[in-house]
Amino acid sequence: MRVLVLIKRIMLQLLRDKRTMALLFFAPLIVLTLMYFFFNGDNDNPQLGVVGGNEQLVAALENASIDVVSYDEADDQTIIADELDGLLEISEGDFQITLENNDPSTSRALLMQVTQAASMQAGAGAPASIDAEYIYGDAETEFFDVLGPILVGFFVFFFVFLISGIGLLKERVSGTLERLLATPIRRWEIVLAYLTGFGIFAIIQTIIVVFYSIQVLDMVMVGQVWHVIVVNLMLALVALSLGILLSTFASSEFQMVQFIPIVVVPQIFFAGIIPLEGMADWLQNVSRIMPLYYAADALKAIMYRGEGLADVSGNLLALAAFAAVFIFLNIIALKRSRKL
Amino acid sequence: MDSSISINKLSKVYGKTSVLREVDLQVAGGEVFGLIGPSGSGKTTLVKMIVGIDSPSGGTVDVLGKRVPNLSLLQDIGYMAQSDALYPELTGRENLSFFASLYKMKKTVLKERIAYAADLVQLTNELGKKVSAYSGGMKRRLSLAIALVHDPQILILDEPTVGIDPELRLSIWRELMLLKREQGKTIIVTTHVMDEAEKCDRIAMVREGGILAAGTPEELKLAYGAADLEGVFLQAGRNAR
Repeated sequence: MRVLVLIKRIMLQLLRDKRTMALLFFAPLIVLTLMYFFFNGDNDNPQLGVVGGNEQLVAALENASIDVVSYDEADDQTIIADELDGLLEISEGDFQITLENNDPSTSRALLMQVTQAASMQAGAGAPASIDAEYIYGDAETEFFDVLGPILVGFFVFFFVFLISGIGLLKERVSGTLERLLATPIRRWEIVLAYLTGFGIFAIIQTIIVVFYSIQVLDMVMVGQVWHVIVVNLMLALVALSLGILLSTFASSEFQMVQFIPIVVVPQIFFAGIIPLEGMADWLQNVSRIMPLYYAADALKAIMYRGEGLADVSGNLLALAAFAAVFIFLNIIALKRSRKL
Repeated sequence: MDSSISINKLSKVYGKTSVLREVDLQVAGGEVFGLIGPSGSGKTTLVKMIVGIDSPSGGTVDVLGKRVPNLSLLQDIGYMAQSDALYPELTGRENLSFFASLYKMKKTVLKERIAYAADLVQLTNELGKKVSAYSGGMKRRLSLAIALVHDPQILILDEPTVGIDPELRLSIWRELMLLKREQGKTIIVTTHVMDEAEKCDRIAMVREGGILAAGTPEELKLAYGAADLEGVFLQAGRNAR
């Protein structure tokens, strides 16, 4: 009952703070959109050179919004010199495509469209797949596709951490926490109320971020949406409990912000934006204490590789363990103010 | 009179500085007890320990026969902190009803108590406003209303009249006296204003973490041969050296 009263107050307070609400719900979308445009800068029609294609194929390709340039003869140098995104060579029914691959997402889209166009045009006797070569990188390089799931996790973590931490900090600094402890409320009730009150906003934020990423930014999404939401909610819980815990060690909003370079920024590096495989062992071990590492791994598995919750149960368990430890420490930390 | 609050050899050390040194104090039920002393003397630490939101380094506090800290005891204590602990984003009513709802109270009683407490501090017409729009005095009054909204047996008020204009200060004191007289409440007030001290049934003079003297204002004046409490305070301070 007391928990409900406290949850209601926390939510009411946050609802009145329009700026914070905007930060929580819209800032991640703005930054994600920016990132999307940075990594998918080339939104023009892809330029495809074609050698030995018939009119039907060219028409089919152009229908798929590809600018076709026909050549009698061309090689890799042609692609670079003419700034083509790819070169399709057809000889005796064999399809061979060479992709510039400067921008992995363009290459991917182009390859898919060419495959479709070729299949339609060739009818039943279509090639099962087109042999693709890459000038830069390979078929695996799809930067935003890899980055996307990590970014979704990161923004959920970052904003929930910041807002919950400052939320409790305000209560500490203004003396209302002390005042609260002068009522018969129990310490765990305060922690639970904070987790729930901010948790509800975290759920809304997570859902908005996930749907925006998938629907609007067209982020690769092979797995199930609700699996993504489950992972993000676990991560939000970790961020929430960590934010509240660290606010214990800050005496002002400014000091809370100082935790960002120490606690939040390193997590980005360990989340898999930079491949961890090649790093020193000790660095790889450090990643094991980063909650975002587990979340990013799980998100990548679900969104990019299409795995299910069962496949990422280890990661979820790790996140749950982080949350449990932080929540427990929170209840202990309040002891500093009141023994009971 | 039975002892409502009993403090025994209470001491508090922060790092190397000793904030309270073996304080002994008895407060009887139904009296207005004043803790008088300059800022930094340890008054606030002392009242926080009576509430149970600060833990002593040594000694004990018993309130209504229960050892502090005790959660069920908090139901019987109304605490007004020195700094206004309010939620500026919320309205006065929301603040009041939030704190009231943390105590065991029936819904109907809760409504009545909120109306009563708001009326007592003359804030009834301002309850719909957000606290961020309140003046310093209004915040102080709202804090007082919150302290007594759950009808506690004991009121612990840390500098309740700081920043309140003389007119309202007078009316707050009138209400405190009324609470004591008609409802038999025990009230502990800290202050550094001597004329407020005069209104207390008994006072304790606090300095440097110790109690210099305690008794009724008349007793103290007589004992120290001083015309007013200010004189008592100075004299007691000199004797202590």
